Amino acid sequence: MKKMIVAAGCALAMMAGSVQAQDGRDIRIAFDVPYEPFEYRDDDGNLTGFEVELAEAMCEELKANCEFVTQAWDGMIPGLLARKFDAIMSSMSITEERAERVLFSEPYYNTPGGWFAPEGFDTDVTDMKAMEGKTVGVQRGTTMDTYVTENMGGVVTIKRYTTADDMVLDLEGQRLDVVFVDYPVGEQTVLSKDGFKEVGKPVKLGQGVGVAMRKRDKDLAEEINAALETLKNDGTYDAIMEKYFSYDIKM
Amino acid sequence: MPDFITAWLDQNDVFTTMTMLEYWNGLVQTVQLVFLSLIIGLLVAVPLAILRTNRRWWVSGPVWVYTYLFRGTPLLIQLYIIYYGLAQIPGIQETFWWSIFREPFYPALLAFTLNTAAYTTEIFRGAIAATPQGEIEAAKAYGMSWFLRLRRIVLPSAARRAVQAYSNEVIFMLHASAIASVVTIVDLTGAARNIYSRFYAPFEAFIGVALIYMALTFLLVFAFRKLENHLLRHQRPAGG
Repeated sequence: MKKMIVAAGCALAMMAGSVQAQDGRDIRIAFDVPYEPFEYRDDDGNLTGFEVELAEAMCEELKANCEFVTQAWDGMIPGLLARKFDAIMSSMSITEERAERVLFSEPYYNTPGGWFAPEGFDTDVTDMKAMEGKTVGVQRGTTMDTYVTENMGGVVTIKRYTTADDMVLDLEGQRLDVVFVDYPVGEQTVLSKDGFKEVGKPVKLGQGVGVAMRKRDKDLAEEINAALETLKNDGTYDAIMEKYFSYDIKM
Repeated sequence: MPDFITAWLDQNDVFTTMTMLEYWNGLVQTVQLVFLSLIIGLLVAVPLAILRTNRRWWVSGPVWVYTYLFRGTPLLIQLYIIYYGLAQIPGIQETFWWSIFREPFYPALLAFTLNTAAYTTEIFRGAIAATPQGEIEAAKAYGMSWFLRLRRIVLPSAARRAVQAYSNEVIFMLHASAIASVVTIVDLTGAARNIYSRFYAPFEAFIGVALIYMALTFLLVFAFRKLENHLLRHQRPAGG
């Protein structure tokens, strides 16, 4: 049995070797779809979205042969470590816990937190005096939760929710005065309803989202960092961003 | 809290002073919620159980429908319906009811009370129905009225039979109260979830809260054993 496994392993290695690249390196990039508008399938079933287009531009810049694979979120880091793919570009926020297991590139985007409230709400969310006694909803454990807890704890009543849907229900039911939520989520769930608006300015939080790679692939990380830097400076990044977002997520 | 305790706690990674205070506030919420719902539930359940044993269908029927509804659906669903459903009633935000139901505590208390009252009603109904016929006949022979019979014979006798099953209901209620955290109440479980998300330490946060629930359960078991000994003291062997 053991021999057979070894033999099969050798055969696979040879097959993998035979489809080696003509020029440039091979990079397999993983996405968890759908996560609109970052990665999703269009009507024809093609992979598209902000991160997918950015990855395409990056591969072109690197002159690499890229293969895009889809992978469910739970298996992302294990799949990377098991060499099923070489990089993750699936809105993975940089955190200390993750950085212990994977190597992150420089951040390439950061969605801000946004304040959303019913039409009648006219309090300045940065004015702590005016906010006193208000009830603010956040999603538990998010960077928005940490921000409100650290900056407004004791001033406002903080209610923590597991899902954005529950929070929006309570905002509609007037149990909450205002919610502070990841901007794209708020845009989809709150602003899509009548009678709600954005208040104040979006706040940039956290360390942003980076490409995740295996710790040993330091040279790949360097190349990717250089490519992203070029894209950010030559206008390619801005063009892709403006296609998908009405606000700034560049980092 | 004295300074030396604070200093000692703050050496810990997860169980800091802030964590302990969060657990304490959660404990207070849980105890309030469970205690109040059990007391109100019991007060509602005893009369309902008496109505439920009534021979006339139009008296016992509505109680049967109520207990069937609340025992036939999960408590979580009842809590969702009451908490989110009340907020959807058009115009409720303008009435004085909203000052009560705006806070999550009262919808949760209402759901828990209705739920435990349904179970307790059935526990007591069974105990009342099992009253030995001879006891009632003897009471009738003494010329006791219906109410006097109820007060002196039927209810005390039923309480003895119901106490063991009821102690289970109390413990189930304590554990069921963990779902209060889904409607933003920071009870013990809600506190554990906040601590978990603050430190990314699910193991410590939930083991900690499990120990607190176990301690509470231990207290309940102890109290009910005392109560059983008191109610069933006539059944102890002589000299035992």
